[in-house]
Amino acid sequence: MKSISNHLNFHASALQLRSRRNNILASNIANAATPNFKARDLNYDQQIRQVDDIGPLKSTDSKHFKVAVKNPHQTLFYRQPINPSLDGNTVELSVEQLEFSENSVRYQTSLEFLNNRIAGLLSAIRGE
Amino acid sequence: MAEIKNVFDISGRAMAAQLVRLNTIASNLANAGNLASSEEEAYRSLKPVFETQYADEVRKNGIATAQAVDIVKSNRLPEKLYLPDHPSADDDGFVYSAAVNIEEEYVEMMEASRQYQNNVEVITTLRTLMMRTISMGK
Repeated sequence: MKSISNHLNFHASALQLRSRRNNILASNIANAATPNFKARDLNYDQQIRQVDDIGPLKSTDSKHFKVAVKNPHQTLFYRQPINPSLDGNTVELSVEQLEFSENSVRYQTSLEFLNNRIAGLLSAIRGE
Repeated sequence: MAEIKNVFDISGRAMAAQLVRLNTIASNLANAGNLASSEEEAYRSLKPVFETQYADEVRKNGIATAQAVDIVKSNRLPEKLYLPDHPSADDDGFVYSAAVNIEEEYVEMMEASRQYQNNVEVITTLRTLMMRTISMGK
């Protein structure tokens, strides 16, 4: 059973992270007109490395002490605006739309990989 | 306020806020050019006040939405016009025109409808993704 979950784990986590990021980007777009709202984003690369256990330090034994990883609460960062606006809002619709569409495509890619892996497992089980 | 959980809460409530904004713009445009017999009676343009509503778990998931918490009257003064023949002119022959700047309202209307559309787009995209995720492995 473990090998099946290992087989699917990476893209499952990627899907979760992408979905989390989509929600954050949706929040930014929702607040496009709110004065003083600061747009936020998630560092996907850093997060997926944590999931995949390929952080800055790799341990060779399970008994080794875990290297302190950053608190997941602090992984959101504020976006630096290209053209700051007078009302203190840092949401730039062009940036947010670009990030959102890219994130959606990457979500679909992970989904497609998962589908292929499930299809592969099923054909192995059926023995076709 | 109920907890903000997913994209339907985020974008749905933001759309409601934008709709409030569009309603105030419609009211302002409908009253543009109205004449009153005193400065107090003259119409003043209405502006919504937007505020960010954060989810309880915002530190963890970063979810927030927008809400129109209040509607205020703008402090622009009505224009004083000398029209002694007008039926609602005061004793000195002045009428007061509604304090609405049509150009400003038009620009705001375009911005509000654009942002409304963006929220619709977000919901449509994420709904499609959700449906595809549900049918995963089929």
